[in-house]
Amino acid sequence: MPTRRVDLLVVGGGPAGLAAAARASELGVRRVALVDERRWLGGILPQCIHPGFGLHRYGRDMTGCELAEKLIDRVSSLDVDVYTEAHTVRMGYESYLSKTAEVLTPRGAFRFRAKTVVYAAGARERTCFEAGIVGSRPAGVYTAGEVQEMMDVWGILPGREAVVAGSGDVGLIVARRLTLEGVKVKAVVELMPYPGGLLRNVVQCLEDYQIPLLLSHVVLAVEGSKRVESVLVAEVDENLRAREETVKRIPCDLLVIAVGLIPRVELLAGAGAVIDPKTGGPVVNEFLETSLPGVFAAGNALVINDLVEHAMEQGELAAESAYRFIEDGGFRSASWKRVRVGDGLRFVVPQLLAGFRDVKLYLRASSPSENARLLIPELGKSVRLRSVRPAEMITLTLKAEDVLKAERLTVKLV
Amino acid sequence: MRRIEVTCILCPVGCRLTVTEEDGEWKVEGYGCRRGLAYGLEEAQNPSRVLITVIPVDDGELPVVPVKTSKPIPKNLLLKASKALAGLRVKAPVRLGQVIARNLLDLDVNIVATRSIKARRDRVEADGQK
Amino acid sequence: MLDRVVVVGAGVVGLSIARVLSALEGLEVVVVEKEADVGWGASKANTGIIHSGYDDDPVNYPNRARLAVKGNRLWTTWAEQLSIPVDWCGSLVLARSSEDRRVLKELLARGIRNGVPALRILDGEEVRLLEPMVSEDVAEALWSPTAGVLSPYEATAALAENCVENGVKILTETLVKGVRVKDGSVEGVETSRGFIGAGWVVNAAGLYADEIARMAGVSDYTITPRRGEYLVFDKDAGPKPSRILFPAPTPVSKGVVVETTVAGNLMIGPNAVDLPRDAKEETYTTKEGLAYVWREASKLVKKLPGKREVIRVFSGLRPQPSGGDFIVRVLEELEGFVEAAGMRSPGLAAAPAVALEILRLMRLNGLDHGFKKRWKAERRAGLRIMDLGWDMLEKNVSRNPSYGRVVCWCEGVTEGEVVDAIRRGAKTIDGVKFRTRAGMGRCQGAFCRLRIAAILARELGKPIWSVTVKGTGSELGVGDVKSLLEGEDVAD
Repeated sequence: MPTRRVDLLVVGGGPAGLAAAARASELGVRRVALVDERRWLGGILPQCIHPGFGLHRYGRDMTGCELAEKLIDRVSSLDVDVYTEAHTVRMGYESYLSKTAEVLTPRGAFRFRAKTVVYAAGARERTCFEAGIVGSRPAGVYTAGEVQEMMDVWGILPGREAVVAGSGDVGLIVARRLTLEGVKVKAVVELMPYPGGLLRNVVQCLEDYQIPLLLSHVVLAVEGSKRVESVLVAEVDENLRAREETVKRIPCDLLVIAVGLIPRVELLAGAGAVIDPKTGGPVVNEFLETSLPGVFAAGNALVINDLVEHAMEQGELAAESAYRFIEDGGFRSASWKRVRVGDGLRFVVPQLLAGFRDVKLYLRASSPSENARLLIPELGKSVRLRSVRPAEMITLTLKAEDVLKAERLTVKLV
Repeated sequence: MRRIEVTCILCPVGCRLTVTEEDGEWKVEGYGCRRGLAYGLEEAQNPSRVLITVIPVDDGELPVVPVKTSKPIPKNLLLKASKALAGLRVKAPVRLGQVIARNLLDLDVNIVATRSIKARRDRVEADGQK
Repeated sequence: MLDRVVVVGAGVVGLSIARVLSALEGLEVVVVEKEADVGWGASKANTGIIHSGYDDDPVNYPNRARLAVKGNRLWTTWAEQLSIPVDWCGSLVLARSSEDRRVLKELLARGIRNGVPALRILDGEEVRLLEPMVSEDVAEALWSPTAGVLSPYEATAALAENCVENGVKILTETLVKGVRVKDGSVEGVETSRGFIGAGWVVNAAGLYADEIARMAGVSDYTITPRRGEYLVFDKDAGPKPSRILFPAPTPVSKGVVVETTVAGNLMIGPNAVDLPRDAKEETYTTKEGLAYVWREASKLVKKLPGKREVIRVFSGLRPQPSGGDFIVRVLEELEGFVEAAGMRSPGLAAAPAVALEILRLMRLNGLDHGFKKRWKAERRAGLRIMDLGWDMLEKNVSRNPSYGRVVCWCEGVTEGEVVDAIRRGAKTIDGVKFRTRAGMGRCQGAFCRLRIAAILARELGKPIWSVTVKGTGSELGVGDVKSLLEGEDVAD
């Protein structure tokens, strides 16, 4: 198996990976390779044909596929070795300056030996089984991303009458998309008493089309042997348990599963990286370095992002860190502090800080609230947040000197 | 007096706006910022959205190309516009930015490709592609 | 008498019979199957266990007892000939109470009587040497080294390929609607694709065997669908047992099993719920059923992985015969009608023995064809790229690049393997799945289903939306993305 020695291997050619590869190349990292499993680059972006991408960074409201081409063009113009249809079978940590990846492509198998890795393999969708839905297993049960790909890449109409399980942004966007192709979306079913996605999407995707949003409801089961014929839906109580007496049947031929994303970290975990159960992604320090020295993570593989700009900036930070790692032969030792996740928050990324530089924290609230305060008691820091939604990532920049002066750090939302 | 309830979508706060019209005079209440004021008026008077859909492609590497309207169109015409595009087809190759159709529904709005689709290779390899 | 035998049902039993009959000279063997692929009844939804044969009471269920033991032994040869991977890991029936220990003694005695080799009751310490993950309260276990696990759908596909190579015709999506009988002998079967004349009709129709029998005028038994639900865990979830773990059985069933499949997934199940006789398509999973399986499985081991590690749940229906025993017979009063019905557990284990028994009965009743001079006993399995060493893998990829194009990322299945599966008989997404494992990983097909469909569309020359998951009526989509809009009269 031929060995390719590189300074940086980027695993994943979505927005985070493309941004990382471009930034690394622009910084002067000499041998940069990027591998992606699909036939085309862009990750999930090419199937995101709706606008709302790139507004903050480029000042233009682009569709996901337009942003993808922009990022791909940028990488194409740089000295990056791109491998598509390249499946990473295994990743390994050999030594401080040598990480391996065994990659299979139609043009043969390769072993990459890389000084650094930016792991940007993205996320997968939770399945109907993970959502606890029982019943039959007919055709017509697809995840929201799959429905997007069916319609907008392969030109398939997935059904005539749909029910969407989950009101996260992907589910809302797919509900609108289906409606515009003539599909009757009978309901979007949301477990929580509040919508999972952004309010702007609830308005533009559901209210604009009079699609009913059933809050505090759950899809219990699928019926139909060859094809979906109906689903059973019920109201839930305060403990999110189904109220049996409220079970009702909604006839449909399509059940869209939109109940969340999970970082794809199997390769990282296989190489020995520590995973944070709160995010599902790797534990990283302020360099976005995982517990494997010189292996960095960015994008949805690190933490589920809602803005593509965040995925991209994580990719760029990871690339900058990789560049520093290569130039300096690694990072020097320091006193790393674990950021403790207090009340009101689901997670904080990065999880380890040492105060080498200013750091942007990514946080997600556990539940919606108005006029909340983000507190770091050890720093006496208090930030007022007018409107907090779990669907919208909170970011907070900490100055290096603040991190240095604290013995420990706790972040909470009250 | 006309009264319309609008949720502002410009930022996560989602201010609930009340837009009223009396004798040709428009008033917006409940906005948290100037952009919201402008949005409230726009939504009440002339709500518009960009339409996105896909158009079938002939002889392309992929069967459809995603497209969008070159500018927002009146919200109440979205479904009609989508239907109006239903018979449209385009031949590969398609370039990102290419105008696929002009003047949709006489609205002076074009349909623009948002992805490039290459022409399908002539030989269909057993392995799909080389 | 027409030199043709029609086997009704392409499950593991029907195909085993077809395999054996295909060795006869001058006999045309046709298997008719109502589903779009082989093995989609009970054959694909079970524990995959080749039982050793101590479970079945030889007095009340003599066929089961006899044929399980014989089948177990035959599988060692058949699996090798057909390149079906089997993990002959052995099984442990775990005793957690004094009542359980009494049952173990009964099973041991029964096993000895049935001719099961190498059975032994182990004390707690010995059990833990063989299987460290059993729960603390396991006091003893019946150790049966001759039990094994295979992938039942892999086995059925292998049987089907071998049959086809030996001239058997397998007609899928062909429903038997009637059995034509004249003057006390069968003339053939009426199917949804027309009449097929035959001198012999073998009823291996699983859940519907009683209905096929009734079509022939035979009505001395009924088949009740007995549902069993299963949970499958992610391959990386553990701990996983190295032996098949059983609880002490009840009169109804062997109980909820904890096992590691040949593919390496922890799997628990089944429960046993009898359904009404008209519910033969109700392979539903239920909250209660899955909860029951979880509870029972938890009793056998120290710890099950977290619920989050469950990647799939499914259920299967066993064809429970009214008399309890296998119905393996030729009827005196109905010439040419042969039955291999009621193949509940240990149907999979017994299948090769059932097939030989059917041949013997047919011979006793007029089947006098000799054996073919050339009959292919061997079947070569398709490539599994991820199981190859890098050298072999690279050779295959350079010969055929599609073996380097991974289409199912979770299981590492390549396009080459998918095309192989299609050439070996897969016409549906599930058909590809059961032959290659594409779609059986963590993401359960969300990433690969469309790639698989695109390959099926290309190889079968059909539009991608019409590719089915599991046969007619289960198309991926309802049409081209514009079909609703184009079909509508624009009326606003």
